[in-house]
Amino acid sequence: MTSLHRPELEDIEVQLLLEGVYQCYGYDFRNYALSSLKRRIWTLTHAEDLPNISALQERVLHDRACLERFIVGLSIHVTAMFRDPSFYMAFREKVIPILRTYPFIRIWHAGCSTGQEVYSMAILLEEEGLYQRCRIYATDMNEQVLQKAKSGIFPLELMQEYTHLYQKAGGKRSFSEYYTAAYDSAIFRASLKERIIFSQHNLATDSSFNEFNVIICRNVLIYFNKTLQQRVHKLFYDSLCTFGILGLGKQETLRLTPHEKYYTELKPGEKIYRRLN
Amino acid sequence: MAFELIVVGTSLGGLSALKVLLSGIPSNFSVPMAIVQHRHKDSDQLMGVFLHDFVSLPIKEVEDKDEIKPGHIYIAPADYHLLVEWEHFSLSTDAPVSYARPSIDVLFESAADVYKNRVIGVILTGANQDGARGLMQIKQRGGSVIIQDPSTAESAVMPTAALRSLQEKETSHIPEIARSSRKRVLSKPEQALESSVPLVLPLTEIAPQLVYLCHPLRS
Repeated sequence: MTSLHRPELEDIEVQLLLEGVYQCYGYDFRNYALSSLKRRIWTLTHAEDLPNISALQERVLHDRACLERFIVGLSIHVTAMFRDPSFYMAFREKVIPILRTYPFIRIWHAGCSTGQEVYSMAILLEEEGLYQRCRIYATDMNEQVLQKAKSGIFPLELMQEYTHLYQKAGGKRSFSEYYTAAYDSAIFRASLKERIIFSQHNLATDSSFNEFNVIICRNVLIYFNKTLQQRVHKLFYDSLCTFGILGLGKQETLRLTPHEKYYTELKPGEKIYRRLN
Repeated sequence: MAFELIVVGTSLGGLSALKVLLSGIPSNFSVPMAIVQHRHKDSDQLMGVFLHDFVSLPIKEVEDKDEIKPGHIYIAPADYHLLVEWEHFSLSTDAPVSYARPSIDVLFESAADVYKNRVIGVILTGANQDGARGLMQIKQRGGSVIIQDPSTAESAVMPTAALRSLQEKETSHIPEIARSSRKRVLSKPEQALESSVPLVLPLTEIAPQLVYLCHPLRS
């Protein structure tokens, strides 16, 4: 569907939509990175079969089900289990030895989306014999997305790719041990969820709720503009124990941010940082 | 009208094509360039290292929120989409577009949106149609577009698709005409920069054309 783009008008419509959603519902997308946000808004507009963003605003504000679709559409982060296997290898090599010295380990997956990275870390911790010492918090801003994560059910067709990534990440067993296949779904073992609490939390609006030894937030910050990124980094800094670990996505960085000086990078290029005293 | 960004898209045959293109970019070239080459999600950073040997400008894989600096060349990282904001890049891990992540359409559409008529879009050799839509957006917003002559491309699919989407009635695709038209218009610099005509050029002519568009007094 080709639309006649009027860029300046479009920018105004986006601002009005975001302001409307914030004032009506409290979801604050006003400091999301504009380019990827606009792309997603247009995708949602087309999916609703509407001609422009103002029409989307009308439906979002008056139709609760549409709002839900809108929020989910802006919440889902496409990810994979053991995405960037070298991150998990580096985590095994550099972070696990540190965690072994703690009797009790608190981990926060911020912006967990559909949960792939949470289950990946649970598997890793289990294989390293640390899972029982952990309390894992997996949070996301949207309840529907959280329910998906909580279910631990993923399309079976993805398991081949995930198996490959699991092996590259230093997986010690057979990946298929961790799930059962049912029709076209893979259902991950309930025991992997024992130590995980799934809970709603909005990085744009909510504050710190605990102190953690490890915070994982990979390829979530890319969707935020610099202002919101700074807010979130402050939130993470305030939520990390001294020498706590922060894990970011492969092409994310603390470099040139105000918080750069509070961390040291544990392995060049893997975006695993340790909070300094 | 000064150009502020060049965006380049390529896939199959792209590494060799980029070698040739970048070799022709002089060390005092000031307009930043962002490149999407389709790459496998497992591919590592060697692409930037490899291309570094062929160009005297700084070249790097984009990290989120990297500033778009004059005289720098940027490469879209594997398994991310590359987008532009005003003066800096942003990344996304949204679903592949035209089966690709990084997708050329995503970069080009974003560049057209932010830079409007101050961007040049370049499509090189490639095996699918990614980039055709984005190139059209650039043209519609008044930017300039250059397409590698399909008959000289290792894979003609991408440049051909790009051409078709632009409805090529205004194309001048014989290199001699391009060269002579450059000579004619040099005396009228304002006219020289009015180049919404899509140019179809052999690979070796593309860098000189970029220099002409961006630094007309030096070419």
